[in-house]
Amino acid sequence: MIWVDTLVQGILLGGLYALFAAGLSLVFGIMRLVNLAHGDLIVLGAYLILVVVSATGMNPIFAAAVAAPVMFAIGWTLQKVVLNRTLGEDILPPLLVTFGLSIVLQNALLEGFSADSQRIGFGALETASVPLGPVTVGVLPLMTFGTAVLTILVLNQIFYRTAIGRAFRATSDDATTASLMGIRPARVFATATGLAMVVVTIAALYLGTRANFDPSIGPARLIYAFEAVIIGGLGSLWGTLAGGIIIGVAQTLGAAINPEWQILAGHLAFLIVLLVRPRGLFPRGKD
Amino acid sequence: MLTRRSFLKTSAATGASLAASGLAAPAIAQGAKIKLGYVSPQSGPLAAFAEADQYILDAFSGTEAGANFEVIVKDSQSNPNRAADVARELIIDDEIDMMLVASTPETTNPVASTCEFEEVPVISTVAPWQPWFIGQQGNPGDPESWEEFYYAFHFFWGLEDVISVFTNMWGQLETNKSVGALFPNDGDGNAWGDPVVGFPPVLADQGYTLTDTGRYQNLTDDFSAQINAFKQAQVEIVTGVVIPPDFTTFWTQAKQQGFTPKAASIGKAILFPQAVEALGDTGHNLSSEVWWSPSHPFTSSLTGQTAGGVASGFEAATGRQWTQPIGFVHALFEVAANVMGRVGDAGDPDAVAEAIAATRMDTVVGPLSWDGAGLPPFAQRNVAKTPLVGGQWRLKDGGGYDLVIVDNQTAPMVPTAGAMEEIV
Repeated sequence: MIWVDTLVQGILLGGLYALFAAGLSLVFGIMRLVNLAHGDLIVLGAYLILVVVSATGMNPIFAAAVAAPVMFAIGWTLQKVVLNRTLGEDILPPLLVTFGLSIVLQNALLEGFSADSQRIGFGALETASVPLGPVTVGVLPLMTFGTAVLTILVLNQIFYRTAIGRAFRATSDDATTASLMGIRPARVFATATGLAMVVVTIAALYLGTRANFDPSIGPARLIYAFEAVIIGGLGSLWGTLAGGIIIGVAQTLGAAINPEWQILAGHLAFLIVLLVRPRGLFPRGKD
Repeated sequence: MLTRRSFLKTSAATGASLAASGLAAPAIAQGAKIKLGYVSPQSGPLAAFAEADQYILDAFSGTEAGANFEVIVKDSQSNPNRAADVARELIIDDEIDMMLVASTPETTNPVASTCEFEEVPVISTVAPWQPWFIGQQGNPGDPESWEEFYYAFHFFWGLEDVISVFTNMWGQLETNKSVGALFPNDGDGNAWGDPVVGFPPVLADQGYTLTDTGRYQNLTDDFSAQINAFKQAQVEIVTGVVIPPDFTTFWTQAKQQGFTPKAASIGKAILFPQAVEALGDTGHNLSSEVWWSPSHPFTSSLTGQTAGGVASGFEAATGRQWTQPIGFVHALFEVAANVMGRVGDAGDPDAVAEAIAATRMDTVVGPLSWDGAGLPPFAQRNVAKTPLVGGQWRLKDGGGYDLVIVDNQTAPMVPTAGAMEEIV
């Protein structure tokens, strides 16, 4: 009974981690760019939604829909103006630039919004729950998980069914050859980061509604996202979902034995996967 | 009250006697301003503690006593290493006469230790005295080795006060005396959960059963393990010292899982009204310790304002709700002015340290004296205790929350505004 509950809560938590990770996975998969500011961009998205909600009083889901195009534009510009210049043989410049970006974002948010804890209000939905067989499940965690699955489904459709998806895959495989075929890698990269920012906005909606956030909370979210991407395997979005669930379940199982092991159990699961499958569970192709 | 005239008179008098005895002339007599260093976490995760700094500094420099001081402010960036660095800068580059430091052991301890080492007097506040005093000892685990400080002084309450306040509040309710604890693996959580000085021995004495599931890590995203354990033990009282995002996660998840205790007395997480507002309507009747409020019957020795006046002044100046650190940061400058009014040479660290130790004054946070009252012998020289009461957050009609004092058995001079209510 408690074990079933533990498992279910872990899977739902995994959905949240997968959402945090999906945007990172996308950028990482297409252009091998490790975005250390990913967590802070999620927090930026959360503030953006908060601003829309408090200005118009609309439902947070619609507010996220308003914020998403803005975040797309931010992502597109960021990639085009800043990050594209850092890509190359050397993997260090993008790391350093995004690390710097992370600090800039945190302090800009601190200046703009102060250090107060904020939360995006969802009204009665915050504490609503539904009985699901022997366990009781919160509506919000269930929505989070559903959204994570849906987001990854849609991203996969974009990847494998559309022209821009083909361009993503082609540029990822071989940027030089792709550009011979008339694809402009710089633009493809910018679009990919824009798309990743839309996913970030969705993650921000759930980050902001499930608990408090403040300008400094981003980096703590990066580590789980990063681990989920690595566990799942480079470039595999379904793998990222699996990675998120593995960390989530490992955490709740660890906590059920002893809460001191909760976070550690997630990290241990990550290390074990790295030991057994260094390329992750579902690596895409040979690269 | 300290006025410029009395300030100068005492300074000059002591200065004259010192000059007569052939010592250096006092700083005041030379017309030089007394240099104060002030370190607080103005940015980073602890920044909410320092949000009233500017308001208090402006008020201080506007007073007659404040005009004798030059305050050099440094930001610790919520980072203990940075706090020690800026403290060293203040001592070596700015050559300050005295250091002031506020807010959480992460800020106060590195600064106080640096000052003690550099032999500069320091007054610190807004950190329970145990983590401040014991945390700075070479071997915190061995009470035999603890030594008192020459230059470091502190005023605040201690763990024993929180424990009495919480148990007094729970005593007002009919419960099964089953307590569930959320103690994280950090300095506060380990102190609160300590089997010797923390909650467990006191609760056992008073007939409470404690369900302590262990030290979890901060920024945990799931509390189902704790909630299941609390449900099994039929917990009716939840306590802990939790960071705000974790408490929101816990409380939301508890509601989702249908777990509602009769009382939840939480340290840290619900200190600031913004954090309670983040809980939506579910923050009603959460309780916590109250160190200072506008209804505390104390007045400032600097400005003559009542506690209510200081709080409403802050609200008028910034448009934000008052918070508890405001009173203590204000009191820090009250003590600084009082101490410097009693020493001849501000540049003589030993004289200043002795003057701090001899302080007996009334401040906006209550009477302060380093007389060792209510303290174990090892901390009597360096620590002065301030009163602590218990309060509950109540939903206001127009939205937002008010902190209502519901238990004053620990400090009867602070009036209550209601009785403890059950969470429903």
